Amino acid sequence: MAVQEQDSAGAPARASLVNDPKVRSLFYQVILVAGLVALGYFIVTNTIANLERQNIASGWGFLENTAGFGIIQSLIPYAETSTYGTAIMVGFFNTLMVAVVGIFFATIIGFVVGIARLSNNWVISKLAYWYVELIRNVPLLLQIFFWYFAVLRAVPGKRDKWSFGFDTFHLNITGLYGPKPIWETGSAFIVYAFILAIVLSVVIAKWAKKRQDATGQQFPVFLTAIGLIVGLPVITYFVTGMPVYLEHPNYVEKGPILRRGFELGVGAKLIPEFLALTAALAIYTAAFIAEIVRAGIQAVSHGQTEAARALGIRNGPTLRLVIIPQAMRVIIPPLTSQYLNLTKNSSLAVAIAFPDLVSVGGTVLNQTGQAIEIIAIWMAVYLSLSLITSAFMNWYNQRMALVER
Amino acid sequence: MANLDIAQVRTEEAPKLPAPVSTTGVIGWMRQNLFSSIGNTVLTVIGIYIAYSLIAPFIQFALIDAVWTGENREACLPKDGQHAGACWAYVKAYFPQFIYGRYPTEEVWRVNIVYFLFAALLIPLAMPSAPFKRTNALLFLVVFPIIAYFLLTGLVIGGNVILPVVETAQWGGLLVTLVIAVTGIVASLPLGIALALGRRSKMPIIKLVSVIFIEFWRGVPLITVLFMSSVMLPLFLPEGVTFDKLLRVLIGVTLFSAAYMAEVVRGGLQAIPKGQYEGAMALGLRFWPMMYLIILPQALKLVIPGIVNTFIGLFKDTTLVLIVGMFDLLGQIQSSFTDPTWSTPSQGHTGYLFAAIVFFVFCFGMSRYSIFMEHKLHTGHKR
Repeated sequence: MAVQEQDSAGAPARASLVNDPKVRSLFYQVILVAGLVALGYFIVTNTIANLERQNIASGWGFLENTAGFGIIQSLIPYAETSTYGTAIMVGFFNTLMVAVVGIFFATIIGFVVGIARLSNNWVISKLAYWYVELIRNVPLLLQIFFWYFAVLRAVPGKRDKWSFGFDTFHLNITGLYGPKPIWETGSAFIVYAFILAIVLSVVIAKWAKKRQDATGQQFPVFLTAIGLIVGLPVITYFVTGMPVYLEHPNYVEKGPILRRGFELGVGAKLIPEFLALTAALAIYTAAFIAEIVRAGIQAVSHGQTEAARALGIRNGPTLRLVIIPQAMRVIIPPLTSQYLNLTKNSSLAVAIAFPDLVSVGGTVLNQTGQAIEIIAIWMAVYLSLSLITSAFMNWYNQRMALVER
Repeated sequence: MANLDIAQVRTEEAPKLPAPVSTTGVIGWMRQNLFSSIGNTVLTVIGIYIAYSLIAPFIQFALIDAVWTGENREACLPKDGQHAGACWAYVKAYFPQFIYGRYPTEEVWRVNIVYFLFAALLIPLAMPSAPFKRTNALLFLVVFPIIAYFLLTGLVIGGNVILPVVETAQWGGLLVTLVIAVTGIVASLPLGIALALGRRSKMPIIKLVSVIFIEFWRGVPLITVLFMSSVMLPLFLPEGVTFDKLLRVLIGVTLFSAAYMAEVVRGGLQAIPKGQYEGAMALGLRFWPMMYLIILPQALKLVIPGIVNTFIGLFKDTTLVLIVGMFDLLGQIQSSFTDPTWSTPSQGHTGYLFAAIVFFVFCFGMSRYSIFMEHKLHTGHKR
């Protein structure tokens, strides 16, 4: 349509304006804009009228009011006397926590299963195949219910426990208990040392790459970085006089029956809602990641391996320097969108009452009736997460795109 | 010279020996695929152990310890020293509810006709070799929804009740799951095509609006969309206009899946070589005839696997409607747990297992079909 060439100056005008592509396209766009404006006007006027009828004052003022409900898990200080705004922040941080932990485990499981799927070993590859098929084809919500209502209800009761990991971790129906690091004065230096180690590693990696480009000499960047990142904080830990110690959960076995069980506030505790949600999300997303990893590795043609062989490169370096960098180019874009899916799917937390953004927002919505504001907050948060992710993806794609002559 | 009578050289071929036992048949296969090296053997043993420790308890629960018949919870309570097995008697008792929800028993035949029509029209449509595709598609996409609508909701003409009205609040179980998934995908297809064309349009405003629409819906979780359609949609409408709850959910689901559908269709449009567009233009076709006659038939054929995959995703996601208080298959199962008649320790496990089996059968079947179509369609376009 619009590709027809423009009228050159002096050429006779078209027979009719109706057939001019420019006029037509302008006409359609004007109609679309007019339709959208009319729809927007219809919605806004109706909403205002409805809100007035229901006596709901729109605006963000409600965020300053006292929430008055408790939240079972929060990363920032929260009490029932805190504001609605704080409650929503608690929900936001819980969403982020589920997303980060879920992404961590999903990536590990996904890569292991994806590589297992390509194994020459029949048993291993079939196991991986059925893992992927079974998990992918069952709804996530059902899996969350399964973990929460079926698995985590089958663990020992409140006055009992099931310990593992050399008696450092304990599981019962109230959650997973473990040691909690207590940071005393002076422990800030350990954090500084950690940051310094990361900065140093980056600098060394840059320097090593420059040197290798110039001279061809390699430098063990990976080992140095690991040594720095682990070693520097450990040395600081001992130099500053061991300011960090572990507080183990206190399990009361004796005394009145109601006092038995884990003492509140001692040691670290993860609530069962968090465990069920994270387990389900990680396992579900891992099945998709496994397929991405498999496809990515298979996308690297066999000629690459053969060429590396012909150059005399051994198996390990072939994988590290030839196969993986090329596979990653295929893997990363769909992988980021899976990460995003996991983050969005974490909103299913509302089904088992884990206080994430949607769950807390739903409570606030029910209490205040501020539907538009709450849903706007939800959408803004998830939309900005996905825009950030796609911005990262575009940046990565540009960096990694095949440079063709 | 020595005696030449004694032949030192064979004059005919020796009989062929069979290949060593260790390289052929089951043993050879096992040596090659399971025990080719020490590491491989260790992996095999670990793999078999994992498989055994998963499958054995499952079979024990679902088949060996299972209770198949019974009137109430007494039958399914674990006997002394026995593990609780699956309580299939409970699934049997609740089966009508899982399939039809609270649809009135005397009207269930209407749902059955809809199920039957659905299968009878979909199966020939899905088979590449079946004839009359165009008529079939027309029947399935236009005629069937109208018939199904009146059959399911009821038909009253001028005060005469031909089919008694059944409120959507009484629907449930697999019926709701299928209604939401199928309506969502069928209604989102035309919208998705329009959005995909809009996104590839050269008119800046149309392109911008399409991009914003697609990215907005793809960026938010379905839960918030469902909340929005059930809480915010009534606010958008003039006073007195109310929507059925199911219809509100359907609107939300359709808009949501239209965005995903648009991206699938766009993939198909991008796969069509430029020569096809140019050829159509050279023939003097205008935009819509070009799309309708040349581009879309090819593009849509290419994206059938993508559409099926979108449908699988939507089918699984319909479970989320239980959060806004509707009873799909999972919601119906979840709500049956409150019934004290069947309350046993294994009730939850059995219910979830049943739901998982139903969803797995549907989704696995569809994904096999999608792979089959992909192989079938991967002929003319691959260079």
